[in-house]
Amino acid sequence: MRTTAVDVQSVSKRFRLYHEKYSSLKEKVIHAGRVPHEDLWALRDVSFEVPEGETVGILGRNGSGKSTLLKCICGILQPTSGQVVVRGKLAGLLELGAGFQQELSGRENIYLNGSMLGLSKRAVDRMFDDIVDFAELGQFIDNQVKYYSSGMYVRLGFAVAVNVDPDVLVIDEVLAVGDERFQRKCMERVKQFQREGRTILFVSHSPDLVRSICDRAVVLSDGEMIGMASPGEAVRLFRERLLAAGDVLGASEAAAALDGATAEQPPEVRVLSDPQSVRSDPQSGDVAGGLPPLRLAPQESRPVRFTEVTCLLPAAGERPYVLPGEPVTIRASFEAARAVTGVVFQLEVRGDGGTGLFRTDSEILGVTCDLEQGPGTFEFRLEAVPLLDGSYDVNVGVETPRGLSDWREPACSFEVMNPSRSTGFVAVPVSGALVAGGALQSVPAGR
Amino acid sequence: MAIEAPAQPPDAGSAAVTSVLDGEGPVTARPKTTRVVSSDVAVWSRLKEVWRSRELLVYLVRTEIKVKYKNSFLGLLWSMLSPALTLAVYTLVFGVVLHDGMPNFAIYLFSGILVWNLFSTGILTATGVVVNNAGLVKKVSFPREILALAAVGSAGVFFFFQACVMVLFMAVLHWAPAWSLLYLVLVALVPTLVLSCALGIFLAAINVYMRDTQHLVTVLVGSAWFWACPIVYSFQTTVASRLAHHHLTWLYFMNPLTILVMSFQRALYARLTPPSTYAPHAPLHVLPHWSALTYVWGDALVLAFALVLFYVAMVVFGRLAGNFAEEL
Repeated sequence: MRTTAVDVQSVSKRFRLYHEKYSSLKEKVIHAGRVPHEDLWALRDVSFEVPEGETVGILGRNGSGKSTLLKCICGILQPTSGQVVVRGKLAGLLELGAGFQQELSGRENIYLNGSMLGLSKRAVDRMFDDIVDFAELGQFIDNQVKYYSSGMYVRLGFAVAVNVDPDVLVIDEVLAVGDERFQRKCMERVKQFQREGRTILFVSHSPDLVRSICDRAVVLSDGEMIGMASPGEAVRLFRERLLAAGDVLGASEAAAALDGATAEQPPEVRVLSDPQSVRSDPQSGDVAGGLPPLRLAPQESRPVRFTEVTCLLPAAGERPYVLPGEPVTIRASFEAARAVTGVVFQLEVRGDGGTGLFRTDSEILGVTCDLEQGPGTFEFRLEAVPLLDGSYDVNVGVETPRGLSDWREPACSFEVMNPSRSTGFVAVPVSGALVAGGALQSVPAGR
Repeated sequence: MAIEAPAQPPDAGSAAVTSVLDGEGPVTARPKTTRVVSSDVAVWSRLKEVWRSRELLVYLVRTEIKVKYKNSFLGLLWSMLSPALTLAVYTLVFGVVLHDGMPNFAIYLFSGILVWNLFSTGILTATGVVVNNAGLVKKVSFPREILALAAVGSAGVFFFFQACVMVLFMAVLHWAPAWSLLYLVLVALVPTLVLSCALGIFLAAINVYMRDTQHLVTVLVGSAWFWACPIVYSFQTTVASRLAHHHLTWLYFMNPLTILVMSFQRALYARLTPPSTYAPHAPLHVLPHWSALTYVWGDALVLAFALVLFYVAMVVFGRLAGNFAEEL
């Protein structure tokens, strides 16, 4: 079995929030012993292990303790209780750039950072050119870092962190900075690290990034770890939590908006479709793999909720799957707590491993909906599902002008069975013809 | 606090599994140190960690000096110029205006100032060092004590330059030190450094939580403590008799700097009773007639005190360091 690279053992971190910050002696004396404060537990009893060579993402909304956790792992903050055991050299990139001394040049900072990571001057000498190359700083390397642009700053920070040969790399949302090309370069380096069996811990706001590069992900909410799971499962947990907390929506604002929206027109019944094609109603079909609905706390701020989401398959009575190219309808039944205008329904189809295959919403299709109070149904009609074998998850969402009102992930799923022997993801209509130079010979059936 | 300890021997199975993962380098197979991040790490392990980071210490000392004179025209020359100018002013005031007849007053003054500057520069720089390096403290993990030690270290570098000025000065004035007692300089230097480190570490941590510390220390050390030491005046000629009269000599020597300063003066100024420049036949009692052993014992006592203080400072620092990143 693999050894543990990072072992987080029931780490808790308490911050004292002072209503007034008394940092001068006079104030401290005056208010000695009775400074009003609140205890804020940024982390509560978080425990997990990261085996060597694994890439683990940390998901959580703002203020959930992600950065505090990373700082504890890096040794910048001490946990109030519990401990973190890190095996091997750890290089971290927290928030914007690494720790640089503003007055020093980029060159001097590289050596300073290197010695902080425990490298000798000679070791840094060997890496120096790689770092400068990677950071693309060129002649700016001898300028003081206080004159660097934020992009240069981050590039240098990343270049140092990935070139000092760390065993454990910790990255906190820094990949969002820098141009696309540099981001790609960073991702390549991260993937190279994965191949080399290094351990990576990283925080990202982008669930897609977590899905695509992490082996597992930890989900934090209000300082508590609510799960450590495969990326797909973790992203689902994360999204659920996001909704349950009502974080997507400013509650009071949404209520105010609804009060104003009283005189609404009756919703027009319209079939949504891409402009170039119009098709008949889909056949109603069986429910293929619905998930138990999320239990969301009733909140004024989310006026529209899904009650049931089903995938309607064309030949539901005969087979619980579709063939490539057959239509599928996603029927979302919802309940509107009040009349709401400008509602947008969202659809997302994901393949195995959570790869995003298709995403659209009613606004992209050219309409928004004005809903009446009470139940209703919205249908996304996929006229053809040009996919090959696999199980596909369907996520649906509903958004009011004030924000996301409900999101189901996965709301339902459908399976595609591929009768042909072509492989891959997409059912491309294809035929073969020998145009010249011989005669076609049919393959005997059964081969 | 993060500390590093030698790795446990890796179990054979792990190496076998991980070596399959990559052909590029034995990343997972190489020996690794284990680091424990916890709020409860013993002073001794932290000292070992500091020792392991000694290369960083050297680098930070260089950084400290570089940053101090960055963008200044004369640069490092200031480290010699500023004591020379201070010396010139004091010599003018006490050697000429408030003249008390001490021959080569500048030498006397400089021998005291040397050790005083090492101490005061060290702790004054150290007090602000964590706050001034917030950018590093908030982003990188390293033993934070190193910052305070680096501040004292940079004061040590300045001490070296000033000592060079002193040697030059003595050569120009043909003033010989007490050659047989020159070792007292080293004997006094060690407790000075330990004391500076102890106070520096303590004040650096306190200053993060109470920013007034910086100002308070500037006032207390810069004036009160300075005048409590026999640097500008002579203990023997000025205060000794009055202190003895009130039985307060012990109080005067409670100031650990006093004996250190006097050790320097004994070794460098060397003359106990030089003839006054006013009346050549009336000798001036500048330094007490103590044996070398008295100085050594005095310095040793200060060293013992400084070591205790150092331990206390490390404990306090360790307890406060965990929250530096959030306080800055």
